[in-house]
Amino acid sequence: MPKDNSIKSVLIIGSGPIVIGQACEFDYSGSQAARSLREEGIEVTLINSNPATIMTDKVVADNVYLLPLEPESIVEILNKHQIDAVLPTMGGQTGLNLAMKCEEMGIWEEYNVRLIGVDTKAIEITEDREQFRELMGRIGVPMAPQQTAKSFLEGKEIAQKFGFPLCIRASYTLGGAGASIVHDPKEFDTLLERGLQLSPIHEVMIDKALMGWKEYELELLRDSNDNVVIICSIENFDPMGIHTGDSITVAPAMTLSDTTFQRMRDMAIKMMRSIGNFAGGCNVQFAVSPDEKEDIIAIEINPRVSRSSALASKATGYPIAKIASKLAIGYRLDELKNQITKTTSAMFEPTLDYVIVKIPRWNFNKFPGTDRRLGLQMKSVGEVMGIGRSFQEALQKACQSLEIGRNGLGADGKELTDQAAILHSLENASWNRLFHVYDAIKLGIPFKTIQEKTKIDLWFLKQIEELIKLERQIEKYHLENIPKELLFEAKQKGYADRQIAHLLRCLESEVYKKREEFGIKRVYKLVDTCAAEFEAQTPYYYSTFEYENESVVSDRKKVVVLGSGPNRIGQGIEFDYSCVHGVLAAKECGYETIMINCNPETVSTDFDTADKLYFEPVFWEHIYDIIQHEKPEGVIVQLGGQTALKLAEKLNRYGIKIIGTSFEALDLAEDRGRFSKLLEENNILFPKYGVVQSAEQAIELSKDLGFPLLVRPSYVLGGQKMKIVINEEELEHHVVDIIGEMGENQILLDHFIGGAIEAEADAICDGEDVYIIGIMQHIEPAGIHSGDSYALLPPYNLGDLVMTQIEEITKKVAIALKTVGLINIQFAIKDDKVYVIEANPRASRTVPFIAKAYDEPYVNYATKVMLGEKKVKDFNFNPRKEGYAIKIPVFSYEKFPDVKKELGPEMKSTGEGIRFIKDLRDPFFMKIYAERNMHLSR
Amino acid sequence: MNPSNTAVLLLEDGTFFKGTAIGKTGTTTGEIAFNTGMTGYQEVFTDPSYLGQILIMTTSHIGNYGSHKDENESDKVMISGLVTKKFSNTHSRISSNESINDKLVSSSCVGIADIDTRALVRHIRNKGAMNAVISSEILEIDELKAILKEVPSMEGLELSSRVSTREKYVVAPENILYRVALVDFGVKQNIIRCLVDRGCEVTVFPMNVTSGEIKAFNPDGIMLSNGPGDPASMKDSIKLVGELVALNLPIFGICLGHQLLGLSMNLETVKMFNGHRGINHPVLNLVTGKCEITSQNHGFVISEESVKNNEEIEVTHRHLNDNTIAGMRIKNRSVFSVQYHPEASAGPHDSRYLFDQFIENIKSKSL
Repeated sequence: MPKDNSIKSVLIIGSGPIVIGQACEFDYSGSQAARSLREEGIEVTLINSNPATIMTDKVVADNVYLLPLEPESIVEILNKHQIDAVLPTMGGQTGLNLAMKCEEMGIWEEYNVRLIGVDTKAIEITEDREQFRELMGRIGVPMAPQQTAKSFLEGKEIAQKFGFPLCIRASYTLGGAGASIVHDPKEFDTLLERGLQLSPIHEVMIDKALMGWKEYELELLRDSNDNVVIICSIENFDPMGIHTGDSITVAPAMTLSDTTFQRMRDMAIKMMRSIGNFAGGCNVQFAVSPDEKEDIIAIEINPRVSRSSALASKATGYPIAKIASKLAIGYRLDELKNQITKTTSAMFEPTLDYVIVKIPRWNFNKFPGTDRRLGLQMKSVGEVMGIGRSFQEALQKACQSLEIGRNGLGADGKELTDQAAILHSLENASWNRLFHVYDAIKLGIPFKTIQEKTKIDLWFLKQIEELIKLERQIEKYHLENIPKELLFEAKQKGYADRQIAHLLRCLESEVYKKREEFGIKRVYKLVDTCAAEFEAQTPYYYSTFEYENESVVSDRKKVVVLGSGPNRIGQGIEFDYSCVHGVLAAKECGYETIMINCNPETVSTDFDTADKLYFEPVFWEHIYDIIQHEKPEGVIVQLGGQTALKLAEKLNRYGIKIIGTSFEALDLAEDRGRFSKLLEENNILFPKYGVVQSAEQAIELSKDLGFPLLVRPSYVLGGQKMKIVINEEELEHHVVDIIGEMGENQILLDHFIGGAIEAEADAICDGEDVYIIGIMQHIEPAGIHSGDSYALLPPYNLGDLVMTQIEEITKKVAIALKTVGLINIQFAIKDDKVYVIEANPRASRTVPFIAKAYDEPYVNYATKVMLGEKKVKDFNFNPRKEGYAIKIPVFSYEKFPDVKKELGPEMKSTGEGIRFIKDLRDPFFMKIYAERNMHLSR
Repeated sequence: MNPSNTAVLLLEDGTFFKGTAIGKTGTTTGEIAFNTGMTGYQEVFTDPSYLGQILIMTTSHIGNYGSHKDENESDKVMISGLVTKKFSNTHSRISSNESINDKLVSSSCVGIADIDTRALVRHIRNKGAMNAVISSEILEIDELKAILKEVPSMEGLELSSRVSTREKYVVAPENILYRVALVDFGVKQNIIRCLVDRGCEVTVFPMNVTSGEIKAFNPDGIMLSNGPGDPASMKDSIKLVGELVALNLPIFGICLGHQLLGLSMNLETVKMFNGHRGINHPVLNLVTGKCEITSQNHGFVISEESVKNNEEIEVTHRHLNDNTIAGMRIKNRSVFSVQYHPEASAGPHDSRYLFDQFIENIKSKSL
């Protein structure tokens, strides 16, 4: 059946604020879905409470509702718009749950709205593990022995029957919340109780743990004619026992024979067909026994677009959400074109001539005291993807993308050599297990032992061993005598110049020069869904070291936008929002836009966003090579958060133009001494401060500054290791702690203005004129990180005097810093005096929020200013100022049950929501205002 | 690294690549083609239809899961040569009985690894099919050029006789329901397995069998197998298939069998600019309107023109990417054929229903 023309207006439900297990991949899928439907002339209405998303932009949808994801909001929308159908599969579990709730309440029926892309029966079956298991039994798909417990007693009985280890999974939860593996019967009672509590229907599934089985995922698409294709096979490097969101994964599957793969494919298709009749995407997870039998067991099926489908889309170039949306409105796969080749059919299975490796990004350091072991419950906050022509290259590139202070896997002098510590880490996997697998092999710990402890497939281990062997060979040489073939091999295997420099005991720049001499140059290959069988039209590139370069440089003027890398606490989707708008604005100004980023969850890495996408680590070497190849006018660094900004220094050093605010100004704002001098010269107040290098100096300085003091290392993100101390003992302890843990020798001490109110301003400046786009007042008192505080736009109780001061200071600082583009300034206010805490001459976390609240495209404007295409006075600012907008921080504490829910100067929230209120009598505001002091800690 | 480990790949148009020698040390020639499957290298290498072909595997890694004694499509590696990006000597599959390199060596197959296979595929995609030579003993380009000159073109080349069985043999299930005569032009073992699984006792005849012998054998149905080479050069086989059609028995043709059936019905085959080789090929069943993902391996195809003017033929399947003929049947007879591989191995099982259809034809015939 072709397109269903009775559908003229569709509602898409978003996934709400970012939490662990549900991140910006749903902004990507929602944006794609909206665009895909609008292409068909369908009016798209969108609901999402997350303001930091592209999907909630007017450029994406016709009607946008930034409302809480509640049935009342749906009713409000349905009263206003004639909606024919709702597409609930793009907003993760949250979107689906809301759609189901409305279904139960009869809302869809009442308003005559059809659910498309989904079958409610399918959701019920897959969510109800008991029903699902029964169905699988009927169609002959094996599953691990499992049983549902609705009470504590039932749970105990099941445990007795199955024996340990066991898995407990709470029904109807996200990202494995409440799931755990129980090895020890002693832990069982507590974990069972927690699972029962976390499940909204107080039900847990207990299954026999298939620890160490190989784990796979397949991404499927089906149309209304029941045609099914497998878009991608993904193999987990980390076998069963670690949540797939926390596992390193590889595509295509590396160690699966055709026989076993086809059996799995058949099972997946059978499963999808058995759960119901719907057109759309589906994800199925399997375990394969690590023995000669290669038994396949189904783990679960998700009848919606998932985190893995975003990864699969980026991994293959096949845009799952885009096609799934078209299937939902009736198209058949054979009626659609492959979006990359534009000539062949969408009814096909992508084939890869490269390998992708996804590595999750964790933020355990934000949650001191938490259990850092990985298990059934997802704990990572983001992910990176490396693309290479081999597994080894992809692995190295993924490691280079992580921004965890490593230059790749190994060869950076940061190896662990303590055998006991390594063995412990292999058995108790945490964020660094991959690195310790490498260390273990390097140390000569036998494969047998490593495999026993990790169950990682031998093929992967041997690949890592090959890398170590190569390193040993390289180490025999010096820069002067390294053979060309060896250097080329190292580059082909993904080694960064920095890693090679470490092995050759020389400088990164010397390695770069050496490979220039040898003519060893990066080439760019296309991600094209078809292994080059057909010509492709889509400019989605990755680098490798080979013979042919496919990236043809145009003669247009170009600009590079640096992305923000993996999501993490303190740097999330907000920066991707800014990057995407930067790209779109530069396009409007006639530039060819080039995006560099390595985060597969984002809209910025959608090949439809920039004119050219380089899916590469936001790592110096890769960026520099792209710049050498493309020769852009300049690079935009102020949109991609700290990741992009910290590359400014090197870009400047290499004579590459930074678009907008100059490096000198960026540096000045970061340099506490020079920045304070600038404030002083402009008669602007700031808290007394000092810089120390030891605990001794700190105590000396504290006598001068007076307690309480805010202590932090310089150059950090999201207030990492930032703490308020009240006496010498605490000060000493924290300073020693920072030096010990971070190897940092520059520590900042600020006098902490107790009882102050915090506010922040964002502005656009062209060097001459300044326009303040918004001022937000925090609800909690000073001391809580701005990212973790509730905040109101505009301020709710700052007097005229204070407001005037804030405005004046913002303008003065912006001009004094010679800002060209965006700037964010944070203030502490006490006794009607306004103190500047810090200034960030870049797009801040709050810019998307203000843009959404005031309904104005501020990043677009700022980008045009940066490019010199427009002046501030060229814009006709017309913000929609009605009532207040509350920024609501959202935490993922349920993933870290052992962490105290206290807030301080170190940011802990993973996402944010927006809520509009008419006035300050609003009950929600009254409630959070009353509770403002509750969670403050030091 | 080791210079003695170097191999060279030279194409007919003079393009050459240097890489690492794999498989047997030696020199090999053939027509170069690429296969885009990400799994199933062993099934592909042992598929007799690949005889005479130097095969580029586009997927990055080959050899990761070794080779398995139950996953052969014939008794040895059939491809003339192998070109890969990454080649693993080591593998991790517990049930594997040897490495793929050992298998290449024991079948005397010469290969080359560490090649920019993507550049090579793009080259062939634009230039079309051509002959090539791989050598790990002669590294002089001029010398290789001389060797390459001697290699005949695939067009007009008959290869089936090199892989067809010499003696007829029988494979039977425990419970024999039907008797099928299979004419072996280079049959993949999985075609036989698929028939046996459906209760057929399969008698595999050499390709030089006569229609008289088959008639005397009195089978319930006839299977025309896949195989290598240019079908138009197989005059005797075309004649044989024509006579078999006249027996008025259910016939099922696969790949070369499909082409021979077409030729026997006065259709024509043409050499494709680039063939279809992979396990992700979309086919639309024109009868049911359903799609299937198929395993394909062919460099020739039945021409569109010839079908247009043939009253007896109904096109039943088309390739969704280029609309070429992927399946047909003879009107008013239970004779049908497909250009692709419903037996898969390697590849998806979407098209297995065709074997059921063949069985249905046999059943209704015996009613």
